[in-house]
Amino acid sequence: MGAANTDKYKSDGTAAGGLLEWVDARFPLLSLWNDHLAKYYAPKNFNFWYYFGSLAMLVLGLQIITGIFLTMHYKPDASLNASGIPAAFASVEYIMRDVPWGWLIRYMHSTGASLFFVIIYLHMFRGMLYGSYRKPRELIWIFGMLIYLCLMAEAFLGYLLPWGQLSYWGAQVIVNMFTAIPVIGPDFALMLRGDYVVSDATLNRFFALHVIAIPLALIGLVAAHIMALHEVGSNNPDGIEIKKKKGPDGIPLDGIPFHPYYSVKDLVGVVVFLMVFAVIIFFMPEAGGFFLEYNNFFPADPLVTPPHIAPLWYFSPYYSILRANTVNFFWIDAKLWGVIFMGLGTVIFAFLPWLDRSPVKSIRYRGPLFKGALVIFVACFLILGVLGTLPATPGLTVIAQVCSILYFAFFLLMPIYTSLDKCKAEPERVTGK
Amino acid sequence: MSCDDKVDCGRRRLLVATATVGGVAGVAAAIPFVSTFAPSERAKSAGAAVEADISKLAPGQMMTVEWRGKPVWIIHRSKEMLDSLVKLDDKMADPKSARLMQPGYAKNEFRSIKPEYMVAIGICTHLGCSPTEKFKTGAESGIADDWQGGFFCPCHGSIFDLAGRVYKNMPAPDNLEVPPHVYLSDAKILIGEDKKGA
Repeated sequence: MGAANTDKYKSDGTAAGGLLEWVDARFPLLSLWNDHLAKYYAPKNFNFWYYFGSLAMLVLGLQIITGIFLTMHYKPDASLNASGIPAAFASVEYIMRDVPWGWLIRYMHSTGASLFFVIIYLHMFRGMLYGSYRKPRELIWIFGMLIYLCLMAEAFLGYLLPWGQLSYWGAQVIVNMFTAIPVIGPDFALMLRGDYVVSDATLNRFFALHVIAIPLALIGLVAAHIMALHEVGSNNPDGIEIKKKKGPDGIPLDGIPFHPYYSVKDLVGVVVFLMVFAVIIFFMPEAGGFFLEYNNFFPADPLVTPPHIAPLWYFSPYYSILRANTVNFFWIDAKLWGVIFMGLGTVIFAFLPWLDRSPVKSIRYRGPLFKGALVIFVACFLILGVLGTLPATPGLTVIAQVCSILYFAFFLLMPIYTSLDKCKAEPERVTGK
Repeated sequence: MSCDDKVDCGRRRLLVATATVGGVAGVAAAIPFVSTFAPSERAKSAGAAVEADISKLAPGQMMTVEWRGKPVWIIHRSKEMLDSLVKLDDKMADPKSARLMQPGYAKNEFRSIKPEYMVAIGICTHLGCSPTEKFKTGAESGIADDWQGGFFCPCHGSIFDLAGRVYKNMPAPDNLEVPPHVYLSDAKILIGEDKKGA
């Protein structure tokens, strides 16, 4: 990094300047500020799609802060209280009804979880539009995929905590998926639960993982994601390297300092996001059952499964892929195939940097084959998402099977169609004003 | 590992040996941490047997008791219900209960000790949801016109007959599990143990 290239801060004689000089002599404050903000040169042609990285950091911060306040009142305890209600469920009701402003903090946390996935999906789509995962940004993409996996784990673990009917049966189904793994599966599921059924032991460990282990991993991975990004520099909507054209001062001709140019631009995104966030929290915190499911307002009952169980919307594409596997083939039964393809569906994105053989990065210069494939992929992802929230019928299962095949074909056939595609020539310099 | 004149081989060997021993110690230290994930002694001992009183269970009715945190169904099957089971054999994935999903004494046509009382763990063998009772026969059940009564799993659509046998080509691979149980008297079943007073 550029720590050695930045001169140490020299005081201008004021008290504040003196303090800054004292700190900077002992801690790389100025070089950190310059490397990551004031002298980090980002391409000047960022567009709408470039809001979601900073918004994801904002939501991570919001989730951590609201989460800390929720833990002050929440009890990870499945035992029944004097009124026969599980203590965990009762403590969430207590937060909603009795803790001053508790409802706001809890709605911020539950809405934040869903919006986190909205932002991350848009952020990933941006990477696919402009080829941001291509060399030299493969590691940024892989760190990003690890963040996505941690986020899914975090959401799943957190969903058990209110100890409602869907919390309980959702955890039951997901943990039981691991029993499909040959040999070690049943024991692994037992270790995950800490009991023979989802129980108080499960609730307690999910709480620990949700509030400490996974958030720590997430923060570390976000730091790695940003450090790798600032090492190689940001991609842009034209998918060309601005570092190839530098001025006499060594600064890319098409680069502008992140601060103040993009810090101010991102603030606009923050304001718009917070407006949407507030509207949801104040007027539709359950979002029609998509952000908070109605069946979860019943306390967990280990003896009765609700008539229709569906995952929250951000898992539903993968849930559809799981359910689409209805055929036993080779020596493996449908249950294991479902788990294999669901797992593969989430991690296959990580291979994009090596599957994509196109000479250009950005969708602006790609040919019709990639554009068509991307449209089909997005359509399949959305259709699978909708199907995952509906009960399975034979007709819908066929649609899910077709979409699942196309989903995987997008990735597996990518080396072929990206090398056949007729691409346009990339410009020398970024386009736009 | 190569060893040329610039490297003090004795010290390098000591370094490798120290790192190896340290690594082994590190892995060993992880064992107690990982072990805490296993069920605790309390969880293991929570499986005490439960008694169920079936004296008030009319034919065609079922009751649910909780054993080890799981629902255990007791179904009082009527004459017609039992007759229907025999006809269903060729629709079942495992009609003769060949796989080990029941104790030896329940490995028979009706998967029970006494034909009229079915005892089964009400947890789908697919992903662990609890199936819903669908005792109404025929089209009224909403499942099939020739439905003979049984159970429907709301999660992934597996169907079972009144002996807990799974139909062919369902997500669930196995019949419902029959727990160990014993009749203490005509009116009382002990679930979780095989022997009276054990």
